[in-house]
Amino acid sequence: MRGLLQIAVVVAVLAAVPLVVQSNTTLNFLVVTLLIALAGQGWNILGGYGGQYSFGHAAFFGTGAYVTAILQVRYGVNAWLAFGAGIVLGAAVGGVIGALTFRAGLRGSYFALVSLAFAEVLRIVASVAPITGAGVGTLVKLDLRVEALQFQSRAVFYWVILALVAVSLLVAQRLERTRFGTWLIAVRENEDAAKALGVNATQVKLGAMVISAAITAAAGCFYTQYFLFVDSGIAFGTRMSIEALLTPIIGGAGTVFGPLLGALVVQALGEGAKLVAGDAPGLSLIVYGCVLVLVIAFAPRGLIGLVETIYRRVARPTKREAAHD
Amino acid sequence: MTEPLLSVERVSCRFGGLLAVNAASLTVAAGRITGLIGPNGAGKTTLFAIISGFQRPSDGIVRYRGETITGLPPYELARRGIARTFQIVQPFAGLSVRENILVGAHLRHPKRSNALAAADLVGREVGLADLLDRAADTLTVSGRKRLELARALATEPQLLLLDEVLAGLNPTEIHEIAPTIRRLCERGISILMIEHVMQAVMSLSQHVFVLAEGCIIAEGTPAEVAADRAVVEAYLGHGAAKKLGGAHGR
Ligand SMILES: Nc1ncnc2c1ncn2[C@@H]1O[C@H](COP(=O)(O)OP(=O)(O)OP(=O)(O)O)[C@@H](O)[C@H]1O
Ligand SMILES: [Mg+2]
Repeated sequence: MRGLLQIAVVVAVLAAVPLVVQSNTTLNFLVVTLLIALAGQGWNILGGYGGQYSFGHAAFFGTGAYVTAILQVRYGVNAWLAFGAGIVLGAAVGGVIGALTFRAGLRGSYFALVSLAFAEVLRIVASVAPITGAGVGTLVKLDLRVEALQFQSRAVFYWVILALVAVSLLVAQRLERTRFGTWLIAVRENEDAAKALGVNATQVKLGAMVISAAITAAAGCFYTQYFLFVDSGIAFGTRMSIEALLTPIIGGAGTVFGPLLGALVVQALGEGAKLVAGDAPGLSLIVYGCVLVLVIAFAPRGLIGLVETIYRRVARPTKREAAHD
Repeated sequence: MTEPLLSVERVSCRFGGLLAVNAASLTVAAGRITGLIGPNGAGKTTLFAIISGFQRPSDGIVRYRGETITGLPPYELARRGIARTFQIVQPFAGLSVRENILVGAHLRHPKRSNALAAADLVGREVGLADLLDRAADTLTVSGRKRLELARALATEPQLLLLDEVLAGLNPTEIHEIAPTIRRLCERGISILMIEHVMQAVMSLSQHVFVLAEGCIIAEGTPAEVAADRAVVEAYLGHGAAKKLGGAHGR
């Protein structure tokens, strides 16, 4: 109950932002931040809760983005349907990659590298295949109608992505309260012990991969609708894989709000760096790197973990001491 | 005689040039505590790994309730009622004691509230009632051993494989945990336990198998096994039985 309430409060506060903030630049910044938070929440399901560190979540983001674009542009499919299809196909790609890697028993850095390889293969294929528009990319026609899932107002886009983020928060929260989630966390903590207790680890990881892929794919679908353009570098590039894994790790992997907090911090720092140093290429990656080093050094459980630790030390020292006696 | 709950039939396990288990056979009768003893490196843990599906044997079969279970994955065996503990404890370190037990309880109780209730019950049964909210990695050795036991128990097994749950405990702690194990047996759970703490195995188990260098070298009641010349030699070295004279020889 408390978890649901927290989500309700956070989403309500965020939903009110466009009523106060009218600046397009700020709204744009927030939309992109929520987009990253959504992609990161996808990663968080598999990486944060399941302990399977994927370096290739762009595979799902890109699938979502391309499917949404290609179905509309080449097959005249309705944008809403294309969006849904993007999520489904993203999940399917997750299922295939998961089946291949987890059945083969890949763990740890092997899993990370192979997931990266899958995303790279997709990037290369997308950069030459005619259906994706090859090197040129795919442009979606501007059509500012609700039926086309395009909106005149950035605020509406903002609410759409916020709704998706809200769903992803609920999914993460459910994980903490269900058998599937408990088993997934058990696999993260100690796979052998989990197996001995009746957990079909391969199946659990595969399930997490599918959910994870679906969420990150949704971020890709949204990307297409928002920017009306996708190419192989945007869709399947390592940039997205890195953002999807950095934000939850910085915010707090395996926590409901970690990806959202991480995305806010990382994006804000990126913008801040731009103000100071101008729009130098690769600047944001340098910022991510620095934040990552700091977090790993001083807050191994992410910013949420840091906040919890400080809260426990400062706000309730008496209770803690009582527990020690 | 009725069919045993578990029978291991001429099972071998080879690691490269090392024959860790060599055509070992043993049975576990339903409703009893069976002991498995033997010197370090005898292959006891390997045999457990084979029974619980973590290790494929190079040869031989394992039968459980009349069905061949060789080669089934661990989770499937857990579902069928075989639970094990690990000699080197494997807690879910980042979780609380309750959450650790909950993982096992979920096997028979899909609903979280039921599983939580079951986990609390098991926690109490093994004496962890006051520690349920503690982080698993803050437990003492004795606490960790109890947690191993609790998690396995939470899967509501018919056959419980205990790999040295008494090792590393002081005499007082052994005195506390031994009755728990006996109670489990009285509740109808059949137990196969590996143990180095001789006094405890001898007093707890009704039947004992002795493994040395991968082979079963003796079996019988604790008294029979303790008096066996081959067993004494396996533990103390060749000629030991002779030197000890009448005290242990047959
Ligand atoms: N996975 C493995 N690969 C190679 N050798 C192994 C493996 N597992 C066990 N062994 C070897 O097999 C032999 C039997 O080991 P095992 O752990 O089964 O003995 P044990 O009877 O449980 O000993 P202890 O009383 O010390 O626990 C040892 O020599 C060990 O080094
Ligand atoms: Mg052993």
